[in-house]
Amino acid sequence: MSRVRVLVGTKKGAFILSSDGKRKEWQISGPLFAGWEIYHVKGSPADPNRLYASQSSAWFGQVIQRSSDGGKTWETPDGGPVIEPGRMSQGESNKFVYDVSPESGKPLTTHQWYDGTQHPWEFKRVWHLEPSLADPDIVYAGVEDAALFRSADGGLSWQELPGLRGHETGAKWAPGAGGMCLHTILLDPSNPQRMFVAISSAGAFRTDDGGKSWLPINRGLRSQYIPDPAAEVGHCVHRIAMHPSRPGVLFMQKHWDVMRSDDAGDSWREVSGNLPTDFGFAIDVHAHEPETIYVVPIKSDSEHFPVDGKLRVYRSRSGGTEWEELSKGLPAKDSYVNVLRDAMAVDRLDSCGIYFGTTGGQIYASANSGDHWAPIAEHLPAVLSVEVQTLP
Amino acid sequence: MIRVVLPAHLRSLAKVQGEVELEVEDPVTQRSVLDALEARYPMLAGTIRAHVTRERRPLLRFFACGEDLSLEAPDALLPAAVASGAEPLLIVGAIAGG
Repeated sequence: MSRVRVLVGTKKGAFILSSDGKRKEWQISGPLFAGWEIYHVKGSPADPNRLYASQSSAWFGQVIQRSSDGGKTWETPDGGPVIEPGRMSQGESNKFVYDVSPESGKPLTTHQWYDGTQHPWEFKRVWHLEPSLADPDIVYAGVEDAALFRSADGGLSWQELPGLRGHETGAKWAPGAGGMCLHTILLDPSNPQRMFVAISSAGAFRTDDGGKSWLPINRGLRSQYIPDPAAEVGHCVHRIAMHPSRPGVLFMQKHWDVMRSDDAGDSWREVSGNLPTDFGFAIDVHAHEPETIYVVPIKSDSEHFPVDGKLRVYRSRSGGTEWEELSKGLPAKDSYVNVLRDAMAVDRLDSCGIYFGTTGGQIYASANSGDHWAPIAEHLPAVLSVEVQTLP
Repeated sequence: MIRVVLPAHLRSLAKVQGEVELEVEDPVTQRSVLDALEARYPMLAGTIRAHVTRERRPLLRFFACGEDLSLEAPDALLPAAVASGAEPLLIVGAIAGG
């Protein structure tokens, strides 16, 4: 029987929730890396025992953790003792340095700060880790201040893909309320040269040459809070989702507005439809129904909690515009939590499971595509990310 | 033998308990102690000093013998009691945040 492993990153450590295919009984292990902020934990599609975790702290900086046994044991990839005479380990696996070399890099210039002035780029943390679809040793990291890094040696060392940060619009990128983070990385299963990223608040970008060059893909987005609502960049994109069978169709939760693209981001149209509010962070696609998508509406950008204290997921079976409320098993009142951008995921079992985590420390799961929900963990630290692995 | 006391987060990262003891050749300075610490525990690289600038991370402080040494030059000699192992070098996380 298949199994499910839910990887949870929180403000004070990581947790792993495990269940069989029935998804009724759950075992919780953790906290891993107790006391550290775990922005993201994700498994390799090519080797489900290979996991990567982003461990960070305002005090101690960035650490990358790796597991090769499904999360039972962890190591910092370049953190072992120095055993070769003359070799000085440098802790390279924790080292994210913008590429400013004349040969391959881009000058480290400035980006726009909150007050409109220019501000130097400063590495702060890894928000999102995206392992390659084919090679467990290849993994991408989206970081704050916004840039994309790649490791081809299992996280031992990291190299920036500087064409993104060096895009001619870079000086116009500005941080969102959570910082100027690259939070979404989508790999196209049908085209290894194509990937999508999203940055708060610069917008969405696409590469068709493996990351050498990037194209802003924000046409159709309208953001009333920036000087030019239809600008090429400057949009606070919160999350993008894709179904692997249709990589040209993208769904976006923007700061305000739920959007859809049918041409790989070349153009977008709004599909907020009858949502009670179209502000939110998380968005995901059903594992077997590419037109079925999920969002968690949040009241507003100043009130980061559900409308009327009712925690509800909304599902569209038509790729947007027409939405239905999913509330069975979710708190009907007095719920003032948030669901962050990386905190929703789906499993790939026949009856698709949907999972999301809250800033109140609950993990809710539905084993029937969202029809019914139940908490599978409660009282965790604030949840930053949720990923799911479907195991044989 | 130089004694170093790490904050709890870094003890768990380095998988050590209690004080760390290091062999450090003269001169015993912040730089030489941290070099030896990172060589023995490479996972600590970047967590006390920034990778590129090698500057102390802003929310960490260094103390020894009741003195705040955080603003001393990296190559300034540490107190003799630290060099002799009588007193530890304390690496302390700022009490900030929650």
